Amino acid sequence: MKIMLNNRAETIEGDVFSVSQIMAIKSFKFRMLVVRLNDRLIKKEEYETTLVKDGDDLKIIHLVSGG
Amino acid sequence: MPNFNQIRAILSQKTIGIAGAGGLGSNCAASLLRSGVGKLIIADFDTVSDANLNRQFYFHDQIGEIKVNALRDNLLRINPFASLQMHAVKVAPDNIDFLFSTCDVIVEAFDAASEKEMLINYILTNYPEKPLVAASGLAGWGSAESLRIIQSGNLYVCGDGEREAGETDPPLAPRVNIVSNLQADKVLEILLKDRF
Repeated sequence: MKIMLNNRAETIEGDVFSVSQIMAIKSFKFRMLVVRLNDRLIKKEEYETTLVKDGDDLKIIHLVSGG
Repeated sequence: MPNFNQIRAILSQKTIGIAGAGGLGSNCAASLLRSGVGKLIIADFDTVSDANLNRQFYFHDQIGEIKVNALRDNLLRINPFASLQMHAVKVAPDNIDFLFSTCDVIVEAFDAASEKEMLINYILTNYPEKPLVAASGLAGWGSAESLRIIQSGNLYVCGDGEREAGETDPPLAPRVNIVSNLQADKVLEILLKDRF
């Protein structure tokens, strides 16, 4: 499937993945994240159950300390 | 293109909330005030310390003062007629409505990632229509070209998204100032969109 991940086109072999699976495939390693699927907020407890499909716009934004 | 008086006429009608008055919040506030934003609501529980002076908009003789009080004094030196609402409180889910519900745009200007996440989740859940300009990733020096803005709906995140501040990669004035001003500039862009 083809998705937009953080504004970049990505092709992932397969039809449907959960948000957690995509995080594992793309090795997102930070603990604090904001996840938005098609501009909708996905909460931590929804990472396993939320499915990402062909054409979706996924943003996984790291939050790191500093300010 | 509009002149400054035309820009200021619009910005003077706007209220911006700033959560945190450290390196991001204090510098962002100064830029927004200089640009003519009408009202600033700023919340922070902290006091000015020596370690803040490497990047925050405070002065040596203000060490020990409550940050929002010191920041009010500094902002009033830029514009003595500024409308400022300062709150010496720790921003938490039980006071966000009270503090920021009247704001046209909210700026997330915390230090700790956990607090950034708390505010972002709260605003996206409870005020999905309100623009929120956050920051993530600004420690150290160099690679200024990696500092950018990621947008998702009404959420904007400024910074490189990677360089976490810590003992061995401290936040320093130039990159903190760049990111705080990316935030201020994004606020202006949001407020002035489709106005000219």
